[in-house]
Amino acid sequence: MAEFTQYLMNGLMVGGVYGLIALSIVLIYKSTRVFNFAVGDIMLLGGFVLWSLLAWLNLPLLPSLLFALAIAFGIGLLIERLALRPLIGQPILAAIMATLALSIFLKGAMILIWGTGQIAYPTKISPGTSMTLDTVTLSSGLLWAFLLAMAAFVVLVWFFQSTKMGLQMRATAEDHQLAQSTGISVKLVFGLTWAMASLVCALSGISLGDRLGLSVGMTPLLALKAFPAVFLGGLESIPGAIVGGLAIGILENLVGGLINPNLMEITPYIILLVILLFRAEGLFGLKRIERI
Amino acid sequence: MRPYGTYDETYAQDMAVCRTRLQWCILIGWLVLLLSLPLFLGEWMINFMNFIGISVIAALGLNILTGYAGQISLGQAAFIGVGAYTTGMLARYLLFPMWITLPCAALAAGLVGLIFGLPSLRIKGFYLAMATLAAQFIIPWLIINIRPDITGGAHSFRVPAATVGIGDISLATETSLFYLIIPLAALMTFFAKNLQRSRVGRAFIAIRDNDLAAEVMGINLFSYKSLAFFICSAFAGVAGCLWAYWMRAIAVDQFSLMESIWYVGIIIVGGLGSTSGVIMGTVFIRGLDRLVKIIGPSIEGAVPQLTGPWGATAALGPMVFGLVVLLFIILEPRGLSHRWEIFKASYRLWPFSY
Repeated sequence: MAEFTQYLMNGLMVGGVYGLIALSIVLIYKSTRVFNFAVGDIMLLGGFVLWSLLAWLNLPLLPSLLFALAIAFGIGLLIERLALRPLIGQPILAAIMATLALSIFLKGAMILIWGTGQIAYPTKISPGTSMTLDTVTLSSGLLWAFLLAMAAFVVLVWFFQSTKMGLQMRATAEDHQLAQSTGISVKLVFGLTWAMASLVCALSGISLGDRLGLSVGMTPLLALKAFPAVFLGGLESIPGAIVGGLAIGILENLVGGLINPNLMEITPYIILLVILLFRAEGLFGLKRIERI
Repeated sequence: MRPYGTYDETYAQDMAVCRTRLQWCILIGWLVLLLSLPLFLGEWMINFMNFIGISVIAALGLNILTGYAGQISLGQAAFIGVGAYTTGMLARYLLFPMWITLPCAALAAGLVGLIFGLPSLRIKGFYLAMATLAAQFIIPWLIINIRPDITGGAHSFRVPAATVGIGDISLATETSLFYLIIPLAALMTFFAKNLQRSRVGRAFIAIRDNDLAAEVMGINLFSYKSLAFFICSAFAGVAGCLWAYWMRAIAVDQFSLMESIWYVGIIIVGGLGSTSGVIMGTVFIRGLDRLVKIIGPSIEGAVPQLTGPWGATAALGPMVFGLVVLLFIILEPRGLSHRWEIFKASYRLWPFSY
């Protein structure tokens, strides 16, 4: 039982990070209808930028954290402007391939700058040490990642429910042309969406890097596990992203811990296949009805 | 756009791939040139040609699935892997000759592709890309974990040289493999080209353009989509079989997600739904990659401060590929084959090109 609780808590915490990455994918998909395959690399880039600020420029932690997030915001704007905007109205394969090509390009660029080795932050970013509740041990890095995911979720829900920009984004997600005709700047919305998503990505990259270190070979693969989370939760749903992330994290850890550690890597993908076969719209997504 | 003076008088003429005597001459000239290449090219170039030939076969399959049937697959490399491991195991444990392992590899990869294509009836677009992405992770996992004593697990798996089954001839050298790979690639190209003009190909194109309309017209979506997946993966299986005989040591990391993305990149750069585009795209992308590998070290030598301590060659390959594919999607979404058509049209219309 203690073992079970431990794996459950581990899964819940890891699921927080998956949820954060899934959140970033859902943000972009909701308003631009583009599925961002480059999410892992943008995430890694955010982590690397913070590392450079800390290790090369020797800035203190808080300013470099803010600075790194600002840079991630800018990178998101830049990606949207240079790579995705020319593709508005193109077939779906073009957008998929554009983000895939972007992902490979970013991988190359990151190998050029930071190399292929594993990099760890000079100091631990998350404060505190791991704590023990009864029989369950929670590492501080995981706990912080989980809290961060929850905070990002709350902020985003508030943003979409209560701010003007958030409402504009939801309107754009509904229908680009209608939104434009009511005076919403669709270009601004697209740019801002990518910027926000890349900021969320960078946050998850930093929390992952804090716990596991950063490397071009490893970190983007972790982000791919957020894809099943996105589909489980439903592509358009922000709560779905968090729920999906947590569920994938828990299932992965339970299967890995209690059945076979080898199965851990592919559990998310098996879940993905099952979802696609039996409930393609996910738990909270919109069901597509086709009429002739 | 047809050259002046080319008329069709019979149905057979209308359907012919090669319409004029000049085209026949060019085709035969090309084939003769291609097959005599080993006479004047070195080992290195022959090796590269073999690589291109294998890539062309795999990309042709993906082009049938993506370019004609409009289904997206991010799992081509995994299906190549299925073909390669099937070949490897049959050749090593059962000592089967090449002409048995080749169809077996195609069949095995085709069936695995069929399984992962099954969701295609319910889902489309990038939902389907996701199902094939899952294949890209599940298949290597199965190869590593199910029977590591047979497949070699995560270690590389040694494959014996291809045997023909007559006497003890075996295709071990690059040149002898060249005469296996290149004719096979030409044959597969011919098959892919003709498939597009057949009933099946027309059905694929109808599904790509509008699957609802296609279904209303009486095209059985499920069987045709499954067929597209089967053909695509069977091509991958053939490529995998050749890959196994060519590399002689196969490992799961040769069939990574990255490799699958390269194949999608190849057909996009070449031009979706164009058989000649596949060849152009393969030569272009693989050639560019080789070029980067050659000039990479000299860039490292010329600007050491730019490349850091890690070397630029490993970084420049993906960067160039990503950039080229992005530029093609943005500036020329119809790929090299469209450029070639434009060039042909303007050449024929010259000097009155408007």
